[in-house]
Amino acid sequence: MNPETAPAHAGPRTWTHRSARLRLLLWLGWLALVALCVFCWRVMTADTMWIFVADAPRQAADIGSRMLPPRWSYLPELLGPLWDTINIATLGTIGGVLLAIPVALLAARNTTPSRHFLRPVALFLIVASRSINSLIWALLLVAMIGPGLLAGIVAIALRSIGFVGKLLYEAIEEVEQSQVEAVRATGASGAQVLTYGIVPQVLPAFWSISVFRWDINIRESTVLGLVGAGGIGLKLQASLNVLAWPQVTLILLLILATVLLSEWVSARVRRALI
Amino acid sequence: MTSPVRPWKRPPTLVRDPRWRRVLQVGIVLYLLLALGSVHVDWLRVWEGLERGQRFVLGFLQPDFTSRWNDIQKGLVESLTMTVTATVAGIALSVPIGIGAARNLVSRPVYLACRFVIAVSRALQEIIVAIFMVAMFGFGPFAGFLTLVFGSVGFLSKLLADDIEEIDEAQTEAIRATGASWWQVVHYAVQPQVLPRLIGLSLYRLDINFRESAVIGIVGAGGIGATLNTAIDRYEYDSAGAILLLIIGIVLVVEYSSSYLRKFLQ
Repeated sequence: MNPETAPAHAGPRTWTHRSARLRLLLWLGWLALVALCVFCWRVMTADTMWIFVADAPRQAADIGSRMLPPRWSYLPELLGPLWDTINIATLGTIGGVLLAIPVALLAARNTTPSRHFLRPVALFLIVASRSINSLIWALLLVAMIGPGLLAGIVAIALRSIGFVGKLLYEAIEEVEQSQVEAVRATGASGAQVLTYGIVPQVLPAFWSISVFRWDINIRESTVLGLVGAGGIGLKLQASLNVLAWPQVTLILLLILATVLLSEWVSARVRRALI
Repeated sequence: MTSPVRPWKRPPTLVRDPRWRRVLQVGIVLYLLLALGSVHVDWLRVWEGLERGQRFVLGFLQPDFTSRWNDIQKGLVESLTMTVTATVAGIALSVPIGIGAARNLVSRPVYLACRFVIAVSRALQEIIVAIFMVAMFGFGPFAGFLTLVFGSVGFLSKLLADDIEEIDEAQTEAIRATGASWWQVVHYAVQPQVLPRLIGLSLYRLDINFRESAVIGIVGAGGIGATLNTAIDRYEYDSAGAILLLIIGIVLVVEYSSSYLRKFLQ
């Protein structure tokens, strides 16, 4: 309903952005949102011990005073686990990318061999991998194949399939069709169309996605040790278990430095690629 | 005359110098060898684990929703309520911080302070924040709520601030030329330009928060993650499969409804 057709029974007509009905609906929507939020809050905090919450500032000050200064002499012990963490992220990324390529080819509308059977399967794989955090994958894999680096690598790889697969299949769907058609017009086979028509177009995107995922994986692999999947997280878990707060501080600083460094590297590489 | 025909090869685009290319290739191979060498795998243990893996896949195919339904329901309710409240609180906090972190709206000290808050929030992983929140506020969903708020603030404020910095300056100038105050500029020039995207980002964050809420339970911050952790610890793979399927299903529903809502709003 636009203002022109609005009933004008209250003196001079004034322009309003929304009609009265829309405004009412908007207010009802806000009311519902607030009601939902209050309801959720009440359900969530039903079992909260407010005595602990009130105590929090004192606890925070206590932990803070124990955390400083960091125990620098612990650093040499951390270099081995840090190397493991980087390996988990790198090998996991390579594995994940290798697994993601076929999934992406099956999921993209213009390359999938069967639109009604294989494409939904590939899309489900992508969603399943994306909705489950790498920590949960690691939890499962540690229970299955035992603690250690392998569980971490497989967890990172499984988690990367969804991310890389989704971005890659979107890139494949956006390729310029005229180039593909030109290659096909020369009588190229399906594999040749793929290598000469599609791959050159998505290659920059592919490298950029892989490096981006590697950066995220470095971040995620630092905490995988919390559930026993190797790397610097193991040391974090061990230090937390014995309440060695100065060591925790040092580990957190090291994680922060690693993450910042990997972010810088990935930003540089991606800028060079595009 | 049998001059060999050299097939055309596309010249390399990234590293043009052949010597550097060789160094890079050797370096990568060397790294991979070293990295693979440092992975010690107990193949016997892996072989034994395959049987468990098979049981997990079977559990995934035949999920058991009923025998642990009470625990699953409690975890799901905690996760969902945590997600909703944390997203709303996160948006409420990140709007002022996001405005404060936009270079074109505020003075330099405010800008730096807000950007610092964002950097701290983005640098710490959710699970580490959750460990500290549990240590400070005790076990349960309240610690998880605070963790998710902390993460949402970093995410939403940064994207909102970047968005505000990229708005059409002409509109701001036009409003300012009418003699509008700072608040009026924000309300009439900035808000209409960034609101659609803020709504989209909030819905996206809702989705992320739910996924994260499934994880932070592992360290005791409430939610479905705690239930999942227990199920895996007890080797009840059919219950674990049921929980994972529920997580995937809810993520799918949230993702599709939020993309529909975004299309509807824009």
